Amino acid sequence: MIILNARATDNAALNERVRAAKEDCEIVGCIGERFIGAGLSDKTINIKGIPGNALGAYLNGAKIFVDGNAQDAVGDTMNEGEIIVRGNAGDAPGYAMRGGKIYIKGNAGYRAGIHMKEYRGKSPVIIIGGRCGSFLGEYQAGGLIVVLGLNKDGKRIVGNFPCAGMHGGKVLLRGNADGVVFPDKVTARAATSDDVDYAKPHIQEFCRIFGLDEREVLSSPFTLVTPDSANPYKRMYVEN
Amino acid sequence: MLLKEGQVRIPSGCAVSAVISREGELMSGEKIVASMVPMHERSNGLGGGFAGYGIYPDMADFYAFHMFFTDKESKKACEYFLKEGFEIVKAEPIPVRKIPSITDEPLIFRYFLSPLRSRIADAQVDEREFVARAAMYINVRISGAYVVSGGKNMGVFKAVGFPEDVGEFYRLDEYGAYCWTAHGRYPTNTPGWWGGAHPFSLLDYTVVHNGEISSYDANRRYIEAYGYKCTLQTDTEVFTYIADYLLRRKRLTLEETASVIAAPFWTTIESRPLEERERLTYLRNIFSGLLVTGPFSIILGFDGGLMALNDRLKLRSMVVAEKDDKVFIASEEAAIRVLEPDAVNVRAPEGGEPVIVRVKEGKY
Repeated sequence: MIILNARATDNAALNERVRAAKEDCEIVGCIGERFIGAGLSDKTINIKGIPGNALGAYLNGAKIFVDGNAQDAVGDTMNEGEIIVRGNAGDAPGYAMRGGKIYIKGNAGYRAGIHMKEYRGKSPVIIIGGRCGSFLGEYQAGGLIVVLGLNKDGKRIVGNFPCAGMHGGKVLLRGNADGVVFPDKVTARAATSDDVDYAKPHIQEFCRIFGLDEREVLSSPFTLVTPDSANPYKRMYVEN
Repeated sequence: MLLKEGQVRIPSGCAVSAVISREGELMSGEKIVASMVPMHERSNGLGGGFAGYGIYPDMADFYAFHMFFTDKESKKACEYFLKEGFEIVKAEPIPVRKIPSITDEPLIFRYFLSPLRSRIADAQVDEREFVARAAMYINVRISGAYVVSGGKNMGVFKAVGFPEDVGEFYRLDEYGAYCWTAHGRYPTNTPGWWGGAHPFSLLDYTVVHNGEISSYDANRRYIEAYGYKCTLQTDTEVFTYIADYLLRRKRLTLEETASVIAAPFWTTIESRPLEERERLTYLRNIFSGLLVTGPFSIILGFDGGLMALNDRLKLRSMVVAEKDDKVFIASEEAAIRVLEPDAVNVRAPEGGEPVIVRVKEGKY
């Protein structure tokens, strides 16, 4: 593994060095450099410091580990690979992703998983260990979003308007989603053991990576949110 | 001829940053300028600016008018007007450092002013209203003259350029402020020009803004009915006048002002406890024309404090952190880490949730 110092390089130059590297990279001294690992398919990148916006955009199979917090649009439009964040993430993690997984140990901002979708054999997964802001899974079209609500600040697991415009995929919230108001066009109900089993391998992996007690995490009831039909907005614009 | 808002559209983001010391400690401008560097891509070189509070301790009793003039005639006309209402205690060019990245500057002057008692009495208004009206008169009536800022013991420094260059140009390392706000501009819809750079200011109120006001014309029409004139031809200006109107003239609290500008949705209001529901309903109904829609993150500076606010949908990013007596606010955490690598309590406020920080009484 080679060590790259982010100081005194711009975004493009840093990304050039990452792409040109023949082995895995550790980037130290990160302070807001954008697009790290964009489109990358073949390496593991460890990041120390604060990576900039659109970390792992269009990621195509590479693995990214962030030691601390990440900023906005983590994994924007990613296709395959893994992004693991040990701190919090900003707004819109997993924006329009269609494959791969994003694991965030802490909280996420607004619009986590917005426009997330499935594509052929791909089905993306986002797991958020803490809580997240409003508009979780906005316009979600596919894939799985799990929010565990392990935050200790007493704040509700998710903000306002979760799953607005959702028309595909699943959202799984740990607990009973007390006080959360869902829109008309989705169904939120207590998850069955089959529902949880579907997500279990991912949650177990999440717990292993972050050193959490998997039995404790899984001992809680879960709430499953799905759209009412495969195409609830069918009649809103045109017959199709 | 320079085309302004409404005459041309340049589709395109922005960066904001701020630091405030609750103990009123004066900080050099060096760090706030450096904090803009990691966010360089959020600007495009068409505008950068800073507001500093507590920068003129020796002249703290006088209104400090920072001025842009396009030529000597506009300067002469403005000075003629100022002499009628004010004693000009001191007039001087604002010291700048000539650097290749900042060019085509207007004439940049500052005036320390003491309003004449007799003229205030004639106008039958209080002192701050008198000064606000003078600033508005200059912007509207004196061609080529623009009041960049006009509060006491504060000032705005702005230009066409990247924020880090603007900071060097104005020699901000030579000033000490208990509160700094900063802006890097990426003009949406309007060309970059000196008057159009942020912060926008009236009296001691300053606003830096990342976003685009969808409700601009509705807000402008409302506020212009109360004697304000939007002359700088860019949407952010209207925030400044809304803040002045609600805080100074209507005497609303900062929290109430936030509930007007970023009023919660009716469905959200319905879910609140009775007393709060009534308060929010009242504010939304009375000041419906001042609801600002569209994406924004703003930092409002004023004597002894600041308020940061996101639009209710939170369509722009904003991060807050602290360390000891200092609070840091920026579009990105990276900027905060430049200001203070060991900052703690890093968090992103909710949409419409104001973050209000005040300097301790007697410390500014």
